[in-house]
Amino acid sequence: MNDAARRQARLLVVDDNKVNRLLLTRGLEQQGHKVASAENGRIGLEMLRKEDFDLVLLDMEMPEMDGFQVLGELVKDTKLRDLPVIVTSSLEGVENVVRCIELGAEDFLTKPVNPILLKARVGASLEKKRLRDMQKELVRRFATSEVAQDLAQSGFALGGRHVECSVMFSDIRGFTKMVESQPPDETIELLNTYYTLMFDAISGRGGVVNQMVGDGLMAIFGAPLPIPDPAGSAVAAAREMIEMVDLLNFDREAAGKASIRIGIGIATGDVVAGYTGTHQRATYTCVGDTVNLAARLETHTKEAQRPILVDAATRAGLPADAAVEPLGDVQLKGKAAPVQVFALVLKP
Amino acid sequence: MTIDKKTFTALQEMAGADFVVELVHAFLEEAPVMLASLTSSLAEGDAEKFRRTAHSLKSNSNTFGAHELAAIAKDLELSGLEKVRARPDPLGAVRSEYQRVAVALKELAA
Repeated sequence: MNDAARRQARLLVVDDNKVNRLLLTRGLEQQGHKVASAENGRIGLEMLRKEDFDLVLLDMEMPEMDGFQVLGELVKDTKLRDLPVIVTSSLEGVENVVRCIELGAEDFLTKPVNPILLKARVGASLEKKRLRDMQKELVRRFATSEVAQDLAQSGFALGGRHVECSVMFSDIRGFTKMVESQPPDETIELLNTYYTLMFDAISGRGGVVNQMVGDGLMAIFGAPLPIPDPAGSAVAAAREMIEMVDLLNFDREAAGKASIRIGIGIATGDVVAGYTGTHQRATYTCVGDTVNLAARLETHTKEAQRPILVDAATRAGLPADAAVEPLGDVQLKGKAAPVQVFALVLKP
Repeated sequence: MTIDKKTFTALQEMAGADFVVELVHAFLEEAPVMLASLTSSLAEGDAEKFRRTAHSLKSNSNTFGAHELAAIAKDLELSGLEKVRARPDPLGAVRSEYQRVAVALKELAA
C-alpha cells in the first residue's frame, strides 16, 4: 500500500528522558508521521484525552505517573482503550513485558529502539488501528452510537434483559398516497430529510432509533444505556419532532409541495431489550407489551386527531402541570382491556 | 573503548549527523542532572529514584554506544541502592566513566 497516499498518522511519544524522546520523535518523523511528545505519563494522558492520536509510544519508568499507570488509565477509558500502545522500555525482565501486554499494550520494544523494528511495529499497529476504526465506523453506521458503545462495553450476546424504558413509534400520515403521487427520487429525498430531522430530535434527548420501516420509526429511551428521565425525554423529543415537521412543511409549502403530518405514540414500562437474530446477523431491539402499546397509540393518533398520544405510565413520568389532556379509557386494537390514553397539548 | 564507533556511526546514519549533534547536547545537559540525582537519591535513601535514574543513564549510554558507562549504570540499577551504598566510593566509577564519555562525545559531535 502507498504510505504517502494514506493520511499522516498522529503519534505521541511519552518518555521522561530527553535523549530518548528526541530520538524516538526524530525516528518517527523520518517515517513520515506527525509526532508530539510528553515528558511524563500524567502529561501524556492529558494530551491523549484532549487530542486525537493514532498510536502511543510509551516509556515505562517515569516520574509522576509511570507507564503501567498510564496503561491502567487507558484501559478504563472507553474512548482510549482501543488506542494502540507500543511500550518502549529498557526494563529488564520478562515479567515486565508480560505485565505490559496484560495491561493492553500492543507491542514491546526494547531500548535503544532498533529503527527497522520500530518502523515495522509502528506500521503494523497503525494498520490494525485503521482496520479497527473502519469496523467501528461500520458498526456506527448500521447501529447507533449507544448500541455500539454497549457492544464495546458488554460484548455481543444474543438474548434480552428486562429494562424500564419509554418506547416511541412515529410515522407519516398518508404516506402511501403521497408515494403514489410523486416521483420516487422525491420520496427518497423527503425520507432522508425527514429521518435526519427525527434522528436529531430523538438522539438530542438521549433516545435511540432502532427501527426504520418505510416512513415509520421506532425509538427507545432508556436502553441499551439508561437515561435519567425516559418518559420526559421521549415527550420532549416528540414535541420537537412535531416542531421539526412544521418547519419542514414551511419549506415544502414554499416549494409548492404537499405538507406532511406525523403521528407519535409513546408508552413507558418494562421491555425485554437485547440482540435478536443469529450470531451472524443480529439487531438490537425491544419487545413486550410496552412496545405493542406504543405502536397501538401511534395508530390511534389518526382516529383521535391528535399528533402525540401517550399512556398512563408516560403521563406519570411528566410533571403534574404538564400540558396533557386525558382522553379517558380507549379500547385500542389488539388490547383486551381499555387503556387510559393522554394527548399532549401542543403550543399553537 | 569509551564510545563504540559502530553504534555511533549507525546512529548518525539513522538520525542524521546534524540531529546527533543536537542529541549529544541534550545528553551532555541531562547526564550531569542524572549524576546529581544518583548522588542525592543515594544520600536520601530514595531507592526508587536511584534505580530509575540509573536506568535512564543506562538507556542513554547505549544510544550513543557508551557501552562501558551503560554497563556501570546497569549494575547500579540492578544492584539497588542498599548494595551500592555499602561499596567504597559507590559512584566513583560512574562519574569517571562519564567524564571520559563526555570528552569523547564532544569530539565526535564537534
